[in-house]
Amino acid sequence: MIQVDHLSVVASGRVILNDVGFSLPKGAFLAVIGPNGGGKSTLIRALLGLQPHTGVVSLQPEGAPIGYVPQIKTLDRTFPALTEELVATALKLRWPWRIDAACREIVSEALASVGAAHLMGQQIRNLSGGEIQRVYLARAMISTPPTLVLDEPSAGVDVAGAADMLECVERFRSDHEATVVMVTHDWDVAYHHATHALVLNREMISYGPAREAINEEVVRQTFGHEGHAHGVFGGGHSHD
Amino acid sequence: MPTASLAEDTPMTEVLLQPFMLRALVAGLLLSALAGYYGVFVVQRRLSFLGAGLGHAAFGGIALGLLLGVQPLWVAIPFTLLVAVGIAWIQDHTRLAADTAIGIFFSVSVALGILFLSLASGRNADAFSYLFGSLLSVTPADIWASLVLVGAGAATLPRLWGDWAYATFDDEAARVSGKSTRSHDMLLIAMLAATIVVSLKVVGILLVAAWIVVPAATARLLASTFSGMTRIAVLLAMMSTVLGLVLSVALDVPTGAMIVLVQAALFLLAMGLARSNH
Repeated sequence: MIQVDHLSVVASGRVILNDVGFSLPKGAFLAVIGPNGGGKSTLIRALLGLQPHTGVVSLQPEGAPIGYVPQIKTLDRTFPALTEELVATALKLRWPWRIDAACREIVSEALASVGAAHLMGQQIRNLSGGEIQRVYLARAMISTPPTLVLDEPSAGVDVAGAADMLECVERFRSDHEATVVMVTHDWDVAYHHATHALVLNREMISYGPAREAINEEVVRQTFGHEGHAHGVFGGGHSHD
Repeated sequence: MPTASLAEDTPMTEVLLQPFMLRALVAGLLLSALAGYYGVFVVQRRLSFLGAGLGHAAFGGIALGLLLGVQPLWVAIPFTLLVAVGIAWIQDHTRLAADTAIGIFFSVSVALGILFLSLASGRNADAFSYLFGSLLSVTPADIWASLVLVGAGAATLPRLWGDWAYATFDDEAARVSGKSTRSHDMLLIAMLAATIVVSLKVVGILLVAAWIVVPAATARLLASTFSGMTRIAVLLAMMSTVLGLVLSVALDVPTGAMIVLVQAALFLLAMGLARSNH
């Protein structure tokens, strides 16, 4: 589970997050949604322990590994690396000098679990956005962490790739009762797939079960108009 | 001239077996292995300008050593380490980019070096061997300094390589997995600074950045993994040092320049090879 109390982040005199607080139960799927510059990635960084802040951020069980899928745009494509090396970093907690047979076997299974077995032996610079996200997902899941944190995993990925990835995340969550936190710009994902939603615009606009936390009023309050959320609410399919 | 102390008709094999040549070879091989090793991190972290900056910062320390009448190396190492810390501090505590911080310290160190040399008139003849490199004037003290550096490296680097490589690829992911990447960064820069200072006798201030960067850049063109890049960079750095040294004796030209030209030739070969493989 994740407990956040009175979380605030101020950088260069500017308030990035103001007094955010929520309690997410174990096994829940939280979609963090809001406008650009609304503090979504800052919240993720605070959860990961990368962002200086005031207030309390607690991930249970304490000290357990966190599966992390960063945004694709952070990938250094000039770094000479093979797919299996990137995945193995989550097992070895450092860049591997070489990968032995036992490690290769585990990595191969992790890649297969996200439908990316064919990417073994590929140089990461040659992978597409969707393929890189699958590799990142395999890395995030390989040590079966109790918490999975994904920062805009669908950015730069086509619709089919994004749907496949979401399915992998959902399967991992249900198989391992993992808690998932995902930053997204997709109201449909937040409303229909997540169990909980946090609408953020420097401060918490709304938080709760996804179907309650997201509605036309919240969207208007966040963006000033209903915009691309139009038609999302009501009906649909829940994965809860 | 490298062979000035020997008769002009001394056979090449005899020259190569002279004690000064063996000292040069040992120091060159030890330091080039380190330079190749650190070079891969410098290249992948886009810190090539830091190599040039620290090399020029060492000039201030060497000039201060000459002014004080002490072994320049022992002043230049702490001086350059202080500069490295200063660069990191400016980066962390101001809104200035790394290249601006390096540029400031680069210029100030050179200005201080010129000032110290002008005050040390009569004791500044050695300054040229550091400016252009003089591998053949390597002393036993230089060998000891190289051995200490390589010993420290051999004791720590196999363990640090994986941490440094992970942070080089993705600093945030390394921090999420519990690594203190800030202290690792400082250690890497400190060891790089010490290697650069001790390497000045080999290639000189003007060429030290190339000595660090070119073998790693060549290896980057040939390798498909970071461990492969590291192995190739170390091998190329050592190979070009031996070749450069032998060619400099055979052609009677400055050693540091010859080593860097050999490195550049290997880089061009690798570029051709990489292009033909695409």
